[in-house]
Amino acid sequence: MNDQRLETIIGQLLRAGVTLAAAVVFAGGVLYLVRGHAQKVDYHVFVASGKYMRTYPGIIRSAAQLSSDGLIQIGLLLLIATPVARVAMAVAGFALERDRLYTVVSLVVLVILVASLMRAR
Amino acid sequence: MSALEFTLVVWVVSALAGFLGALTGLGGGVVVVPVLTLLLGVNIKYAIGASLVSVIATSSGAAAAFVREGFSNIRIGMFLEIATTLGAIFGAYLTGRISTHAIAIIFGLVLVQAAYQSLFGKTGDGKRIASDALGERLRLAGNYPVGDKRKEYGVRNVPAGFGMMFGAGALSGLLGIGSGAVKVIAMDRAMKIPFKVSTTTSNFMIGVTAAASAGMYIEHGYINPRVAMPVMLGVLGGAMLGSKALVNARVRTLKIVFGIVILAMAVEMIVNGVLGKV
Repeated sequence: MNDQRLETIIGQLLRAGVTLAAAVVFAGGVLYLVRGHAQKVDYHVFVASGKYMRTYPGIIRSAAQLSSDGLIQIGLLLLIATPVARVAMAVAGFALERDRLYTVVSLVVLVILVASLMRAR
Repeated sequence: MSALEFTLVVWVVSALAGFLGALTGLGGGVVVVPVLTLLLGVNIKYAIGASLVSVIATSSGAAAAFVREGFSNIRIGMFLEIATTLGAIFGAYLTGRISTHAIAIIFGLVLVQAAYQSLFGKTGDGKRIASDALGERLRLAGNYPVGDKRKEYGVRNVPAGFGMMFGAGALSGLLGIGSGAVKVIAMDRAMKIPFKVSTTTSNFMIGVTAAASAGMYIEHGYINPRVAMPVMLGVLGGAMLGSKALVNARVRTLKIVFGIVILAMAVEMIVNGVLGKV
């Protein structure tokens, strides 16, 4: 296992993740437009949405009820997970290469990412 | 506007932004935020939330292509991501604290820099330089393809580059953009990394940086699904087309036109911010 091969595998997995995320977002978008395409919209004023769109349990619950907002948010969460997965795979890859310094470096990045994503739990 | 009209208009505009962003190397976020706020009257907080997720999509989606070319350096990227992720958390924290007018003004200033880069930016590599002591200790040196051979390069001024990367991360978290331009300056100018390696490594780092502010963006409600959906799908599609069209496009002419458009948006963004209209 060398850096180049490791990166190629990671790159392909990332693209698969993005494709899946985009498909879920698209499905949610279609559902949203089918249900309410004529509805008037205005996003000039910022209104923080309810907890159901701002926390992971809320998003999962509304997606499970097939709400279009919930589905789109789940797709976006999948998307946000792709770089996190990339760092996690780099940790594993460097560990396999027995590169202690870069295993620790990528682990630090992973901890920072996970800690900041925990805010929306 | 009806939901259908809004979705279609935003999708088309975002696809164009993603396309131009990929062609010029500036990224989609820096274009899509001013267009959403200035042209479509979308609140800047929704705009930067939607931009942030599309930046992640473009970065992760293009990763495989960049690896294939053999330019990106995962060690440099990973090490500097410590700085960009911490910076991004700081930036996202600031976004919740300062007024939208201030965000608009800072965004305008970043656009001025982007316009400058588009109009006068250089693309070329300097000569080969050996790593300094810290670059050596961190094993950051690498090589990249030139023709059928691979050319070696070293890495210098790691602390300065690391500091600038914190700044790049903070801008990314504050404005929901990839801030690839600042990342490239940190690597290319400060750390003496070859330009091609800098741009591709930067593209790789953008997604990780953006993911670090995503938690706070979700928590604050900046990521509105109805706005983010057409933006993300549009920017992603446009960027994929743009990177394919890159081959023989008249990039020089395009960059000049694009630079002028961005400069106009910069002025409008700053004026609106000062007048308190955005």
